[in-house]
Amino acid sequence: MFNPIFADPKTLIMGAITGLIFGFLLQKGGVTRFNVILGQFLLKDHTVAKTMGTAIVVGAIGIYAMVAMGMISVMHIKPALLVANAVGGLIFGVGMVVLGYCPGTGVAAIGEGSRHAIPGVIGMIVGAALYAEAYPWIAKNILNLADYGKATLATATGLSPWWFIAGLAIAASAGYYALERWERGHKAT
Amino acid sequence: MLALLRKPRWSPYVVGTGIGVLSWATFYFMSKALGTSTTMVNCAAGIEGLVAQGHVEANAYFAKAVVSTADKARPLIEWQFALVAMLAVGAFIAAKLSGSAIRESVPSLWAWRFGPSKLKRYTFAFIGGIVLLFGARLADGCTSGHAISGGLQLAISSWTFTIAMFASGIATAFLMYGKAGRQHV
Repeated sequence: MFNPIFADPKTLIMGAITGLIFGFLLQKGGVTRFNVILGQFLLKDHTVAKTMGTAIVVGAIGIYAMVAMGMISVMHIKPALLVANAVGGLIFGVGMVVLGYCPGTGVAAIGEGSRHAIPGVIGMIVGAALYAEAYPWIAKNILNLADYGKATLATATGLSPWWFIAGLAIAASAGYYALERWERGHKAT
Repeated sequence: MLALLRKPRWSPYVVGTGIGVLSWATFYFMSKALGTSTTMVNCAAGIEGLVAQGHVEANAYFAKAVVSTADKARPLIEWQFALVAMLAVGAFIAAKLSGSAIRESVPSLWAWRFGPSKLKRYTFAFIGGIVLLFGARLADGCTSGHAISGGLQLAISSWTFTIAMFASGIATAFLMYGKAGRQHV
């Protein structure tokens, strides 16, 4: 076991550079702050939704453009096990609000100086260990429900992905425009 | 350029664009998608493996993550592990450049609702972490692996996760802090 312990150096360096940039961006965006994340779930501060939505739209345009140009051949789509995805998401939402971070922002928050993120990340490791123990039962009873394979909105509907990307881009632009206007008006009064 | 790096807070649209472009790079150069929560499985396997190697090897979930087979090497410390470790360093550098580092043991919103006890906050942070990762592994991803990476690929699994996560997060936040909590964030 644990053979090899380390991936090859190039892979590790690429991962490290990615993490460095990702952590830098998360801190600059303010999403490494407990109050910013809770502010989103209390529908007061929409920084998280603005950041995530923009990342999704920008990412989608580039990735699907590169697929169209043949620059990317491998996608990384996780199987649609709808019961597991939904129940997991519901549990995740509770954990994220109690802790105040998601896994990535929790680790980044430690770098910014959040002390309480440390027991949070230790809890995450314990949570992963508990899931591994529960896995045989979950695999038999939950992971086989509503299994639609590696489906995307495009493959499931037979439509071009660009319809969905255009829809997302328009919805995000209009939503953010309205949100910014509302926030400005709200601050002025 | 330096002035920008020293700025404490960037627009969420700039940061979101940065994360989107970073995703292009990981897909194109590394054939990987941004993600973080799998690394917690590797951490758990590594720590448990020190004391109970046989138990880790016998577990089907750990085996999928860290036990190599003849046709596939599964190192304990891989691409995403390096990414996650460096998240803290990236945030540290960003905070130091702008002098916006904090020393937060009990966030103000939490203190307003549950008091200033560090022990209480740390205990619930720990419990929250357990719940968070259990949910992430059940769903097969977290905010980065599902919501962002899966969302941008238009994956049905990821959009299902993201909608469920926001719904339960909003409900939990209002249950814990109520409407009055909005004045304290």
